[in-house]
Amino acid sequence: MLKRQYLPVVVTVSLFVMMFALGSFRYTGFLSTQVFLNLLIDNAFLLIVAVGMTFVIISGGIDLSVGSVIALTTMVSATLIQNGWSPAVVIPLVLIMGASFGWVMGAIIHYFKIQPFIVTLAGMFLARGLCSVINIYTITIDNAFYVRMAQTKVGLPGNNVISISVLIAVSVVLIGIYLAHYTRFGRNTYAIGGNEQSALLMGLPVARTKILVYAFSGLCSALAGVVFTFYMLSGYGLHAMGMELDAIAAVVIGGTLLTGGVGYVAGTVFGVLIQGVIQTIISFEGTLSTWWTKIVIGLLLFLFIVLQRLLSTRRSMNH
Amino acid sequence: MLKHHLFWPLTVLFALLLFNFLYSPDFFSIQIRDGHLYGSLIDILYYGTPLILVSLGMTLVIATKGIDLSVGSVMAISGTMACLIISKGDNQSLLSLVLIAVGVSLVLALILGLWNGLLVSVIGIQPIIATLILMVAGRGIAQLIADGQIITLSSTTYKYIGSGALLMLPFSIFITLAVLIIASMLTRKTALGLFIESVGGNPTASRLAGIRARAVMLAVYMFCGLCAGIAGLIVTSNVSSADGNNAGLWYELDAILAVVIGGTSLNGGRFYLTGTLIGALIIQTLTTTIYMVGVSPETTLVVKAFVVLIVCLIQSESFRKTFSQLWASRKYRTGEEVKRHA
Amino acid sequence: MNEPQPLLQMTGIYKVFPGVKALTNVNFRLFAGEVHALMGENGAGKSTLIKVLTGVYSLEQGNVELDNETIKLHSPQEAQEIGINTVYQEVNLCPNLSVAENIYIGREPRRFGRILWKQMNEGASKLLLERLHLEIDVTRPLHAYSVAIQQLIAIARALNIKSKILILDEPTSSLDKTEVKELFAVMNKLKLEGLGIVFVTHFLDQVYEITDRITILRNGELVGEYMTNDLPRIELVSRMIGKELHVLADLPRLTSNERLQDASIMLKAEGIGRSGTIEPLDLYIRKGEIVGLAGLLGSGRTELARLLFGADRSDYDYYSIDGSEDKIHSPRQAIDCGIAFCPENRKTEGIIDDLTVRENIILALQATRGWTKSITRKRQEEIADEYIKALNINPPNPEQLIRNLSGGNQQKVILARWLLTEPKLLILDEPTRGIDIGAKAEIQKLVLSLAQKGMSVLFISSELEEVIRVSDRVAVLRDRRKVKEMSNEEISQHNVMQAIAGG
Repeated sequence: MLKRQYLPVVVTVSLFVMMFALGSFRYTGFLSTQVFLNLLIDNAFLLIVAVGMTFVIISGGIDLSVGSVIALTTMVSATLIQNGWSPAVVIPLVLIMGASFGWVMGAIIHYFKIQPFIVTLAGMFLARGLCSVINIYTITIDNAFYVRMAQTKVGLPGNNVISISVLIAVSVVLIGIYLAHYTRFGRNTYAIGGNEQSALLMGLPVARTKILVYAFSGLCSALAGVVFTFYMLSGYGLHAMGMELDAIAAVVIGGTLLTGGVGYVAGTVFGVLIQGVIQTIISFEGTLSTWWTKIVIGLLLFLFIVLQRLLSTRRSMNH
Repeated sequence: MLKHHLFWPLTVLFALLLFNFLYSPDFFSIQIRDGHLYGSLIDILYYGTPLILVSLGMTLVIATKGIDLSVGSVMAISGTMACLIISKGDNQSLLSLVLIAVGVSLVLALILGLWNGLLVSVIGIQPIIATLILMVAGRGIAQLIADGQIITLSSTTYKYIGSGALLMLPFSIFITLAVLIIASMLTRKTALGLFIESVGGNPTASRLAGIRARAVMLAVYMFCGLCAGIAGLIVTSNVSSADGNNAGLWYELDAILAVVIGGTSLNGGRFYLTGTLIGALIIQTLTTTIYMVGVSPETTLVVKAFVVLIVCLIQSESFRKTFSQLWASRKYRTGEEVKRHA
Repeated sequence: MNEPQPLLQMTGIYKVFPGVKALTNVNFRLFAGEVHALMGENGAGKSTLIKVLTGVYSLEQGNVELDNETIKLHSPQEAQEIGINTVYQEVNLCPNLSVAENIYIGREPRRFGRILWKQMNEGASKLLLERLHLEIDVTRPLHAYSVAIQQLIAIARALNIKSKILILDEPTSSLDKTEVKELFAVMNKLKLEGLGIVFVTHFLDQVYEITDRITILRNGELVGEYMTNDLPRIELVSRMIGKELHVLADLPRLTSNERLQDASIMLKAEGIGRSGTIEPLDLYIRKGEIVGLAGLLGSGRTELARLLFGADRSDYDYYSIDGSEDKIHSPRQAIDCGIAFCPENRKTEGIIDDLTVRENIILALQATRGWTKSITRKRQEEIADEYIKALNINPPNPEQLIRNLSGGNQQKVILARWLLTEPKLLILDEPTRGIDIGAKAEIQKLVLSLAQKGMSVLFISSELEEVIRVSDRVAVLRDRRKVKEMSNEEISQHNVMQAIAGG
């Protein structure tokens, strides 16, 4: 007997399977483990960011700054690395920077009661702007460590390879799942998203949890930025433009309610995979341009949002 | 006078203009060349018209406690559609062709606005989320229309929309003025403005008072779509081409900023069209100022970030309370002590 | 004889808000193993007292002792920690979390920081079964269960945190008869375990069924504490309302019945009702008649009004206005049929904060005219001035923002809004609440003159005096049912109170 609350996630997973099957039928060479793994390789950073975004949306908020924080991370990393700093210092530094950025936004959102949308929008402006203040051009990275990270292929049975980024992404996903289901922080996040007023009256640490959620998102963005730096081997202010929208789409398509309180990190994983599969299908097709991706994702987004709305209206009508 | 809602925006605008003047004394100079007026001030108006238009539409949506994130995409779609139609014609400068192109694009923009309005008022989806869909999909749709290409035109008639001269000023300024006047008349001379402010101020009470909240919301989203459509025409006309990816990029954020600076609260209720106009001019002047001072244009983003934050903090009651408590405790501490011992 | 010490003793409680004395020298005590009803009409101070007890409010003066130890509470969390727990009317839990989680969240069983789900679920099932006789699947989300069950789960949470005192704030408002029975069974069981239960309610029948003691508050003051068995119903009602039976001098009635002799039926509502809100009832109002709706808070008066106005959907549709059988499913339709509704909660349902007095007044009329036919500014100002004068609205500035007016004046503005639409039927829900004595009389006279000119009025009020003074007929509601209707000579404070008290 399937629990009703898992319905949106089930839909997501089925959708992914259907799409992958569609691709396999239509194109030779599609149905292979490597094609599947490539989904992870190409979208590792999106996956990391989306995990952070999942927590924010579950808590009832939203974070528009993630793409910009990624860009800022690449910029700061590139500048420091090329100036001779060691990766062992730079990487922890940018992670702390990302987390602090999120922390400040969370504090402003909670204590001054300003809508998360506007605060994180300002955050987005700020981060992008800081990028350009540092340098308006691309900074290429030729540091040995980074290059090694970019090129290392981890072998898997059956002649398949994945990159280090995938390992990092998968770890983040597992940590995310653990946090969400086995820690008080995670459960409090769900509670706040369900009914913040009740959570307060039930004695839960609302302020602390809300701020931590945004700090976590900032941390994920920074980590995704590090992974992105491996991928692109450069720092540039225009990196990851619009990635916040991709992250939000992944989370929603993954079955998380934008109103908060309901959602699964595992669902977000499939949300990211679906975006990847759409892009893969389109590139296999060859004739369609990549802008079809945006339309299909927009359409999926619409269907999922309406589905969410119908489910919630039916639920409230039963009482 | 200090309390007048236009006081602070106007002050900021004058301060910026003054700064520009001090930095570059011929800032205010206007020359006439080839029957056109030229000068920095004209430039600000000229480049600012699309933003002003989009911001006007956004004002009414925000007044109903809503928001429209899709305006940039709608701009791209409408501009692309117009260019497509014109590019298919043999004589691209034929007036009737251009008029058909304009007509179709604007109808399309209205339909997109209607789409947003239906999602918000009939299906009941939160405005941020509802308009997010079109924001994501819209660029794809624009590309679909353009078949993935950047359409370039050589139509003098179409170019007129954005840069043609009427009374020596760019035609787009007159379009914007017309929209501003129509919007003002619609909202102030009819009861529409009152209904919008009522629905945004207290939707429950408005419905109990007999206002058709649903119809009001549909109307404002359609108007917002229309404004974005017109802005898209102007932008593509200025460059005589349509780039589905970049046209109108990040316009929604600037528009929201303009509305907020202009005095309309993000929580809905009272709205100020003239305030938005000044807000948009401030943003445009800011861009010009930064460009002139020689700082990289991307720095505008940092400044915008702080402006948004400061305006929102001022609008936030919690902030005002904390601030006034701190202020009061500094001044009146001794006074309070006296009271307690009395 | 050794009298047992009370579990909780509150003495000399004073609580003041700017301009309002919410509690004046109130005493309250609770014994272990008893159910103690806390009763009073609107503004009596019940919720303020509870909020003081649970740490939401601080008190100006007074002493609170739990188990003979003085306590000072600063937050709901602190109250919870010493064993004072509240179950609110709106069941403040998280509907998206599972039952077990709602019971345990904030103190989930953990090992090395990791939540132990199996242990939590088993613990929850055990708790519900043993102490509340409730056997449900604790892994399902809260919203899958009815409000009645959710309340029991809220009680379970309180028990899990180890309560000495359980405060139930209007717990039966959303429950049907069977569910109330189940709740009472649980309460009785908890009583036997030694818990002290405070039962805030306005349902008279339930008070007599389950409580041991009753404390009555009125206007922020303590009226008295009584043993339930020693207090007859009619006395309970009279103490709540503040009128002693023998002192009830009826004011001369202002209405005359000659004008109504040949009046046609204006409103005919048969079987109007909504499950969970109001039992189906019949209501007839004649043209130019004033029907008063009397009953205690929560008896269903506002709910009935909302059904008539289309603000809520009624289960049954049999009603007609002025002969025509229009379906009324929305306020818009009601207004088009000539009905006006002046709501009780003016803050959330009446005033538009941002707008001026003038704009608030003309709003409904403008809505009927549509957006194209705008009322000219000049005419708007004329209307505003007219009504400001007629209703004595203060300050008499039509451009004043309505949020700056006092509550009473805001009420007058809303009244003006509806009078302006010249309705056939005017529904007034507590129109004189928060208005000074002089203005009260003015409004009563205004209502009478409107009726004289042919307007029908449904007048809802908690003040018996007022209802009786203006009404041609009085319908009495109790516990969401219409229990009696009386007209002419039958109408007197004594009779109405008797009908309200029932039993």
